Amino acid sequence: MENPTKQRRNNLEKYFEVKGPFALLRVAQMKRAWKQSNRRELTWWEKTYIPTVVSGIALTSKHFFRNLGLHILHLFGLYKDIPAAVTYQYPEQPRPLAKRLRTRHRLMKREDGSPRCVACMMCETVCPARCIEITAAEHPDPNIEKYPAEFILDLGKCVYCGFCVEVCPEDAIRMDTGKLDIAAYSRESMIYDKTRLMDG
Amino acid sequence: MPKLTIDGKEIEVPAGTTVIQAAEKLGINIPWYCYHPALPVAGNCRICMVEIEKQPKLQIACYTPVANGMVVKTNSPKTLEARKSVLEFLLVNHPVDCPVCDQAGECKLQDYYMEHGQYNSRLVDVKIKKHKKAFSIGPTVMLDQERCILCTRCVRFSDKITKTNEFGVFNRGDHSELDLVPGKQLDNKYSGNVVDICPVGALTDKDFRFKCRVWYLGQTKSVCPGCSMGCNIEIHWDKSRPRTQKVERAMRLKPRLNPEVNQYWICDEGRYNYHFIDDHRVLYAQRKDELMALDKAIDLIAQTIQPLKDSGKSDRIGVIASAQLTNEDLFIIRKFFKDTLKVSQIDYRVPQPTGDSDDFLIKADKNPNTAGAQTIIQPNGTDSQSIIQKAKQGELDVLYVFGHDLVKLFGKETVEQISTKVKLFVWQGSNINETGSYAHVVLPAAVYAEKDGTFTNCQQRVQRIWPAFLPLGEAKADWEIVALLSEKLGNPFSYRGADAIFKDIAQSVGAFSEMTYEKIVDQGMVLKK
Repeated sequence: MENPTKQRRNNLEKYFEVKGPFALLRVAQMKRAWKQSNRRELTWWEKTYIPTVVSGIALTSKHFFRNLGLHILHLFGLYKDIPAAVTYQYPEQPRPLAKRLRTRHRLMKREDGSPRCVACMMCETVCPARCIEITAAEHPDPNIEKYPAEFILDLGKCVYCGFCVEVCPEDAIRMDTGKLDIAAYSRESMIYDKTRLMDG
Repeated sequence: MPKLTIDGKEIEVPAGTTVIQAAEKLGINIPWYCYHPALPVAGNCRICMVEIEKQPKLQIACYTPVANGMVVKTNSPKTLEARKSVLEFLLVNHPVDCPVCDQAGECKLQDYYMEHGQYNSRLVDVKIKKHKKAFSIGPTVMLDQERCILCTRCVRFSDKITKTNEFGVFNRGDHSELDLVPGKQLDNKYSGNVVDICPVGALTDKDFRFKCRVWYLGQTKSVCPGCSMGCNIEIHWDKSRPRTQKVERAMRLKPRLNPEVNQYWICDEGRYNYHFIDDHRVLYAQRKDELMALDKAIDLIAQTIQPLKDSGKSDRIGVIASAQLTNEDLFIIRKFFKDTLKVSQIDYRVPQPTGDSDDFLIKADKNPNTAGAQTIIQPNGTDSQSIIQKAKQGELDVLYVFGHDLVKLFGKETVEQISTKVKLFVWQGSNINETGSYAHVVLPAAVYAEKDGTFTNCQQRVQRIWPAFLPLGEAKADWEIVALLSEKLGNPFSYRGADAIFKDIAQSVGAFSEMTYEKIVDQGMVLKK
């Protein structure tokens, strides 16, 4: 494998058409130059500097004192109908999620614990990000007939559109685990297989 | 000749033509299940019913012969209503398990239901279940009785085409089911064809089962390389599926209609003979056990041939071409070895054991291009056995072999001797075999599915093959490798592709005169005497 710096430089060369050892620097320059040349002209009022600083501080202070006052009043049970700004102590205190929010997928199980999926490949077909890969196999029970020998879902590619859930004829895949803090140190560990998806 | 009107369009067809055939000529689609152009008419699916003026009832288009002045309506309200009702009946006991059915996507039941369906089921009773769901009925085919619509195409196929009579419809009414005749197995040499003719998913192919959904398949027209019959086929390949694991590219082979050669059928041997396209391939040039770049390997060969060429010792070179190669490959081999190097010891024939054959499609000669090789190479006197003998006795400096597994044909000892006696033993092929391990240089060749070109079958019919894939690894079409070698030796060819070579063949080989790729297209052209 190539080292990451080299890879990054290659990418830069591809997209910005800059080459050589100072490619990174050159790109930074280009970005700065673009910003400078596209900057809006300041008005006379903005150019006087002090009044705009004061108005900025005034806005921040207004919110601060309003929230402070409302929170104190809420403590005494007053003006509960007027909401004040709220801070969640994430991740210790997660935000409540809407019921219909699409979160990480899970594969549903039959009563015997095997996947409900019949490997019809509808989700694989409809997936716009092409993150699902199913390998079908013959099930010993002829009434089930087909089951997924492998069900791979690459969360690194998934765009959470929910088409897979909508298209599934067996209600075998759902996006209701409530898990959205999916992070990993490598791309490979973002690839979920059948067992990981079935564990919920 | 009777003249009739179908949907307002007039057509004149020979007497005895059926309405469905006349409509097909006009490009009017009448749906059908049980009708098949190559099988006797059964008329049991009833979906092809059409309205004919002055006839009180609807008639089935597949069995009604045309008559003068007939006025047929294929999309009148009465006809459409009939189609709807027929579909409702056909689906009464159908399990509608499309998600697990391999036919989904190319299923006539699905297609026509989308066009003419009832959509809201009126069925209140439970569906009648058949004895068994999916079960094996032979080495290649699975049967699902519940999906069967009893069109009896497979029954007629086994009665009339293979004459083996494996299938039958048993019981009556809604208990009737398709099954094997007691004590029989579907194990004839053409069993795979029943899967193709089954309009629904009742008969499925074990080899293809669950491997790929049909909407992922791309099609490329080709010719079966399995024997000298040259049956027309379509290669179905995996098209842009998301894949992290390496899988086969070729998914299945299907017969392609050519009334002059194979009609609608191919044999099982040809149908399942595609795994070599992806398995055990020679991917890179090789010297003994060491992989090397193709041009380096060609350099190596050129270094050995150059002095022989300069001193005019072309009798120290032996070439064994192959009837597995396309006409284009063989023409370049002839042009380089025979015309440029003046090699006289060149042959394509090897003593092969005779394969099985029958009087239908399977031929004993298992090479797809024997006729073409004979016409193009025209070996004069020397045959491959004498070349091998000479190589064994050390009378050759270079032995160039295309694809043949010499170990299988002449024995291990012979090849071992050749490899020690001959200065340079080149083996050029697509799939790894034992001969490759004895060769001094191995060159990676493309398989037929990766090549553009033509084959000439046993009827002297020149048929086109199209490339379905890019060659794997550094493999190249045989003619390209020979052309590279020729360029190294100072005789560059100016061909840009197989079509340019074929133009040259048409000019310089009498039997091919007046042929072009445009003229050959699908059906092929017969060689001139």
